[in-house]
Amino acid sequence: MKLFQRLVPWILLAIALFILPAALDDFRLNLFGRYFALAITALAIDLIWGYTGLLSLGQGIFFSLGGYAVAMYLMLNTKSLAGGNGIPKFFENYGVAELPFFWKPFWSPAFTLIALWVIPAVVAGLVGWLIFRNRIKGVYFSIITQAALMVFFHFFNGQQKLFDGTNGLKTSTSELFGQLVGSPDMQVLFYRLTVILLPLAFLVCRYFTTGRFGDALIAIRDDETRFRFAGFNSVPFKTIVFLVAGALCGISGALYTVQSGIVSPQYMSISFSIEMVIWVAVGGRGTLVGPIIGATVVNYLRSLVSEALPEAWLFVQGALFIFVVVLMPDGIYGWVTNGGLRSLLAAFGIAKKAKTYPSLDEEAVPVD
Amino acid sequence: MSMPEPLLELNDVSVSFDGFYALTDLSMKLYKGELKSIIGPNGAGKTTFLDVITGKVRPTKGSVTFKGQSLLGVSEQKISRQGIGRKFQTPRVFENLSVLRNLELAASPVKNAFSLLSSGLPQAAKEEVHRIMNYVGLAPFATVKAGSLSHGQKQWLAIASLVAQAPEVLLLDEPVAGLTDEETLRTAELIKSLAGDHTVVVIEHDMEFIRDLDFDVTVLHQGQVLTEGPLDKVKADPRVIEVYLGPPEQ
Repeated sequence: MKLFQRLVPWILLAIALFILPAALDDFRLNLFGRYFALAITALAIDLIWGYTGLLSLGQGIFFSLGGYAVAMYLMLNTKSLAGGNGIPKFFENYGVAELPFFWKPFWSPAFTLIALWVIPAVVAGLVGWLIFRNRIKGVYFSIITQAALMVFFHFFNGQQKLFDGTNGLKTSTSELFGQLVGSPDMQVLFYRLTVILLPLAFLVCRYFTTGRFGDALIAIRDDETRFRFAGFNSVPFKTIVFLVAGALCGISGALYTVQSGIVSPQYMSISFSIEMVIWVAVGGRGTLVGPIIGATVVNYLRSLVSEALPEAWLFVQGALFIFVVVLMPDGIYGWVTNGGLRSLLAAFGIAKKAKTYPSLDEEAVPVD
Repeated sequence: MSMPEPLLELNDVSVSFDGFYALTDLSMKLYKGELKSIIGPNGAGKTTFLDVITGKVRPTKGSVTFKGQSLLGVSEQKISRQGIGRKFQTPRVFENLSVLRNLELAASPVKNAFSLLSSGLPQAAKEEVHRIMNYVGLAPFATVKAGSLSHGQKQWLAIASLVAQAPEVLLLDEPVAGLTDEETLRTAELIKSLAGDHTVVVIEHDMEFIRDLDFDVTVLHQGQVLTEGPLDKVKADPRVIEVYLGPPEQ
């Protein structure tokens, strides 16, 4: 049994790497690639929210920065997308003759590979440090991150001359290694890359959440004031995890962009960043398996429901969120590890609650 | 023969919250190794007094010095690292960490985020944690999450965490609130065992407990020191009787 448990992650990885690509058609496989890319964002949110208690409603910023970084590289390096003066065609529509200066480094693949996680990390570290050192926390932290998200949204949405504004940057028609990014072969490649990077993101999160640093994060979540009085400065701890989460979101956004075929300011919409939080809540926060389950399950459901009843998804998502918050406060993973079906029946009064010391007080509660 | 330097000194400290004075020109000296109980009716300024020392509240006027250095404007964590530890009125423990992890976090000699990532707890600190955990009788609960401990056990864990922090000055805000008589007695023993190496200030309402401790008593009233001395002398003071029981009937 022990051996089996240790093998489970490897079995899952093997299934995702070899069996799914063989069993699913290109369209489905691409969808799973997207889910796993989003799961990296869910892990990042779990790191800052589930473990450290920082409910960020602005992770879309870092997600999109990663997406734009990779899209800018692809646009620049695709000859068929270039206009007369050798820069992406859309610039001509707005009368821009010369490439904006910040686009230039994205000619380089090496720079892009670093930038797609370093830029979000630096932005997150800077924003986080300013917020944390001023001791802004709780609801105010959430509001500020959402406000920051709106600033970024309006900047990217309004600047046609810099980013093609609301149209976003289309990557599916761009080329990489002489092949169309949107082609099935490339998509399988991106799928496999995502499947390899997701466990790595998991390991990064595990590195930060176990051991003494992880204890410190939980201590900050439980009682930050007390943590300070124990001689710790909570600002560097929070800044580090927020920065790491920013980097992970950037990687996630880049992987998602190449698989969905576009990056647009919609990735910085308020609702998308809130959905990210919902994935974590549904999967189970405070565990590292939960967010992966949550992101995959919710987005898979989304695909199924949208295909059957296009208008119904938002209602289903809302209902799912309420269902989980009320009946599975620890999310799907917490629910499974914590008694599963039995606790659900207990919530409806059908099954008895498990006796747990010290709350052996069934007699004290009037049974009707 | 010269007077020893006080370890901790408050000079004419006033704290005003929107015009309401929680402390008014309070002056107090605390010498190394001194053991002091502070009593006073509700609203006397006892907790504010600790807030001022530990950097939670900045005084409106006056000075606070520790080993001759001003504590004004110094952050809570720096004051803590200088050797002033505090237990809060309600037992505040990290509920989702086990008893052992609570103590190990407090006992960590380095408080820097990067060293917590890269290095484990030194062996000496681990042994100290086990010694303290055995002393307060929490060893059987080492792997239990602090949130599921009883109230009394949480109080002890809070005190034990403070001891694990190894401060020079321990400030204990109502360490026996909500404890049974037996637990109170054992807490008194625990605190008395700290005497000698530590300077201890205990804020308390429980007169029996203060008698058990046998520390000198300072009475706070309306943000000022009303009187100081041994418990029996203080209790006989007509001013103390008046603030506790109200003015004598004519």
